[in-house]
Amino acid sequence: MVITIVDSLYLIAIILFIVGLKRLSSPDTARDGNLIAAFGMGFAIVVTLLYPMEGNGNNYIWIAGGLLMGSLVGLIAAKRVVMTAMPEMVSLFNGLGGASTMLITIVEFYNYPDDQSLLNGQMITTDFALFVGCISFTGSLIAFGKLQGFLRDSWVLPFPKFVNMVLLIAIVGLSIFLLNLPSLDFNYVLLLLVLSLIYGITFVTPIGGGDMPVVISLLNSFTGLGAALAGLIYSNQVMLVGGILVGASGTILTILMCQAMNRSLFNVLIGGFTSTSLAVGGSREEVVKEASLADLAIQLKYSKKVYIVPGYGLAVAQAQHLCSELDNLLEAEGVTVKYAIHPVAGRMPGHMNVLLAEANVPYPKLIDLEDANKDFPSTDVVLVIGANDVVNPAAKEDPSSPIYGMPILDVELAKSIVILKRSMNPGYAGIQNQLFFGERSRMLFGDAKSSLQKLVDEVGNA
Amino acid sequence: MEALIQFLGENLQMIYVLVLAILLGTEVISKVPTVLHTPLMSGANAISGVVVIGAIILMRQADSGNYPVLILGFCGIALAMTNVVGGYAVTHRMLDMFKRKKKD
Repeated sequence: MVITIVDSLYLIAIILFIVGLKRLSSPDTARDGNLIAAFGMGFAIVVTLLYPMEGNGNNYIWIAGGLLMGSLVGLIAAKRVVMTAMPEMVSLFNGLGGASTMLITIVEFYNYPDDQSLLNGQMITTDFALFVGCISFTGSLIAFGKLQGFLRDSWVLPFPKFVNMVLLIAIVGLSIFLLNLPSLDFNYVLLLLVLSLIYGITFVTPIGGGDMPVVISLLNSFTGLGAALAGLIYSNQVMLVGGILVGASGTILTILMCQAMNRSLFNVLIGGFTSTSLAVGGSREEVVKEASLADLAIQLKYSKKVYIVPGYGLAVAQAQHLCSELDNLLEAEGVTVKYAIHPVAGRMPGHMNVLLAEANVPYPKLIDLEDANKDFPSTDVVLVIGANDVVNPAAKEDPSSPIYGMPILDVELAKSIVILKRSMNPGYAGIQNQLFFGERSRMLFGDAKSSLQKLVDEVGNA
Repeated sequence: MEALIQFLGENLQMIYVLVLAILLGTEVISKVPTVLHTPLMSGANAISGVVVIGAIILMRQADSGNYPVLILGFCGIALAMTNVVGGYAVTHRMLDMFKRKKKD
């Protein structure tokens, strides 16, 4: 009787998750949505703590300790992180969720009676959950490392496809062997654990840093899947539904992002951005024109319409506030300033939107790819700030280019294009950009922040 | 095979829930504007910490003297809880910026 009542309380938590997610997907209700989902989680935790159980130690002190410690670490990390490092943070949090799934499944194996066959649905699910948890754990850590920049794309294992295939076959083979043993041998579980952890590393390592948004989203759906599998193990509906909701949302986001890059998920996963030296057009004698700050400042002031194309460079340099400052100065002079947002600009879907929102840029000024492209021919100046691949015409013109087919912002249609860039180094995809050599293109070299600061000063004085 | 069918039979209700949750999840989340991709991903990420429930159940069922399980379970709870609290807090911070802007 009591159990039925408690189980129906779980239903409330599930409804809160669903309503929360639904509200998160619309700008006006997103804040409530997040709070509702958070409340649902708190409610589910309380219900679980009070759930009637028999023959157990309860261990409330240990549980309280874990809950408290996790909450503190999570809160501090979330408070401290700078807005530009959000993708890394989400990736790291995601990895922790995966690690938790992994630990639970290890304990489930550890607790399994010695003298029983493992060939049952429960253990098959546990085995699979262990694998999924491990991938999302080490995979997320690698994604974190790549976004932080201490893991380089050039550090790739030899023959990644071959290694991954062999590992995967080994993991499947070992799982089948393990489950068919007459009784559990924990050493094989440890072997499975190690292989799965390694697979998470080798799975993400060959994927270029530029594709990390897709990967994080995919790993997020893995963590959800892991939680759902754990829900099956415990016949717990909250875990099952919560996990599946995340799995579904992660999958949809992954697909949306792949579509934005006009690449298949498969293409992303096998590491499509292996930079070929062929695509680098550096051998030809081409000269770029450098922009002078004073000229640019005056040109901007007398423009009618200016577009800013932000990219990851803007995030790295933390220059979003200066961007908005320049915007305000120019608006005061009667210039229309808008921002063209490429769907995969930055390292996370909607990364640029979040950054610019932090700098108080009003939402209606952010223009998406299609509308911006219609607007470029009537634009006086386009400022490309720390973006590269998303404005590379090779995506349209050069079938041999790794980014061929990706929709780009057609900034070359504007009357004048100024590219703020640290150096002539190619972007994340490692390919040269013909835009820089265009007739109406000029370069402003330097860190985005210092260049923008100088430009703001110059516009203010001019 | 037999074991699998038996498992399906015993858990048919859970499998119903699973399939319906997949459909519901895709339906709820499709058609999201790009601006909200990051907060949505981060919010969903927080929900994936729901595995903390499993860790709590596991701890409550463990013997009080079984230290390997207690330690692993403790870590499981702490890690998942970091994911939950950190995830919601980060999402809240991101969404806060949207709010502030709207008032201006």
